[in-house]
Amino acid sequence: MAESYATEHEVSHPGLQHHFENMDQQREASALGMWVFLVTEIMFFGGMFLAYTLYRWKYPESFEVASNHLDIWLGAVNTVVLICSSFTMALTVYCTQIGRQQLQILFLVLTMIFGVTFLGIKAVEYKQKYDDNLIPGRLIPGHPFNPSVQEEGKPADKHKLHLIPGATVRNVELFYWIYFAMTGMHALHMIIGLGIMLVLLFFSVRGRYGPEYHNPIEISGLYWHFVDIVWIFLFPLLYLLGRHIGHG
Amino acid sequence: MSEHIVSVKVYFAIFLALLVGTVLTAWVAFFDFPGPLNAIVALTIACIKAALVILYFMHMRYSSRLIWVVFGAALFWLAIMFALTFSDYSTRSWLPVF
Repeated sequence: MAESYATEHEVSHPGLQHHFENMDQQREASALGMWVFLVTEIMFFGGMFLAYTLYRWKYPESFEVASNHLDIWLGAVNTVVLICSSFTMALTVYCTQIGRQQLQILFLVLTMIFGVTFLGIKAVEYKQKYDDNLIPGRLIPGHPFNPSVQEEGKPADKHKLHLIPGATVRNVELFYWIYFAMTGMHALHMIIGLGIMLVLLFFSVRGRYGPEYHNPIEISGLYWHFVDIVWIFLFPLLYLLGRHIGHG
Repeated sequence: MSEHIVSVKVYFAIFLALLVGTVLTAWVAFFDFPGPLNAIVALTIACIKAALVILYFMHMRYSSRLIWVVFGAALFWLAIMFALTFSDYSTRSWLPVF
């Protein structure tokens, strides 16, 4: 037994760590480890989705009004950008698996470009909310939550809150707490993802990943797709819920 | 190699399906469906998109049972968290306020 064990290691890939029998076992273990981490991430974001669901259920009118103030087009474009980045990430994994190193690097860079584009559009949105005094509480000193409310009979202004019966400014602020917490945590995950990809890029250029060994690419892809899935739920829940009440 | 390699065709089909889903969910949001249907339609589309990403981009369809169980555990505990919280909040008005 001891001999066959030694032989297997002698012919194995330099990327195989000593505590694994073979590359398949190592790959399975790393994927499992990533999935366990993603379970904790699902529970983490799940808590915020729970807070959203609870307060939307309690204050439906205020949530519709607040949601109506978000820019649906920026949100939709960002959804498409993120789906593109997930697609190029999947192709990064594919090109690594078939051993096309140049394409692997190309798709990795494309994924990062899409990721940065998403964050840029997000920054534009945050700036708009800042200009309309919609940053909740006193997060920014000297710039408290203080949106103007649209008055009856005045020409419609998209920078003002269009309150409907049952909606209050206080509960609109609650929506914006949840909005900034969820999109902020999501953006932080994107920034961490981009950091991971910089490391992957560094080693990809050096040719570390190929058909036999590409666990880091594979499991970073899992993480990136997870972040995409969070946004797939955030987009309809935050941006689209008040759309059918008209104005905005 | 026992690893399953998903073909570019499959990846591209999933990518197109995700784009169609995004356009669809943004489009139907402009219609007002009766009752809770607005949220149900939006969440159904989101769940289908998430399922496509998980099954194909994240290779769940070709993964071992162990990974299915781990992911299933996440959904199970998420369901517990939602169910217990709402069983509390939705029944609070049943008792008189002292």
